[in-house]
Amino acid sequence: MKLLYFAKIREILGRSDETISLPPNILSAGDLIDYLMDLDDIYKTAFSDKRFFIAVDEEFVEMDFIIKNSKEIAIFPPVTGG
Amino acid sequence: MIKIRIQSEAFNIENEIKEISRSKLNGATVSFIGSVRDLKSENLKNLEIEHFPKMAEKVLEKTAQYAFKNWNLSQCIIIHRYGKLKIADPIVLIITSSPHRKEAFKANEYIIDFLKTNAPFWKKENTEKRSYWVNQKN
Repeated sequence: MKLLYFAKIREILGRSDETISLPPNILSAGDLIDYLMDLDDIYKTAFSDKRFFIAVDEEFVEMDFIIKNSKEIAIFPPVTGG
Repeated sequence: MIKIRIQSEAFNIENEIKEISRSKLNGATVSFIGSVRDLKSENLKNLEIEHFPKMAEKVLEKTAQYAFKNWNLSQCIIIHRYGKLKIADPIVLIITSSPHRKEAFKANEYIIDFLKTNAPFWKKENTEKRSYWVNQKN
């Protein structure tokens, strides 16, 4: 599964993408965030303020969205375009 | 006609408006331009706009399609820039045309409001003293 990061989250993590293999008990987008935060403190720093959105295959999803078969998941701060 | 462009280079507003006003269905054409400003007086050096290309394209396209249908538009152009911009540089251009002015105004406002909270673009302000990501406003 490919993870994409943008803006402040990309800067904190020091990378714009990475490929990870998830354990089978990680089902939802929320599980993924918890899993990453347990994995390394850098993710805690990136996600701790809870100001982020998740997009699966370029569509916004909620935390309970099942990501098991998703190819690409983007995690990014609130958008500020326009 | 819907036209979506995401680009780093500046756009030519006159050319875009010329293109849109040729249709006989365009009784009213409304254009909105969002530009780089420096409200904090911290001597903004530049504004960097980052985006998620594939998703940004999709969101702009869907937004335009919704507005097109909902307000009976005859034409709709959305151009959004990315990269490093200076004060007063235009960032976004939205042109909406319809047979009547009310629909063109409403659609235009809807598009810019929706885009601000849903299109994956992020602004970073680089001033003489510091760099910071802009926070989302309502």
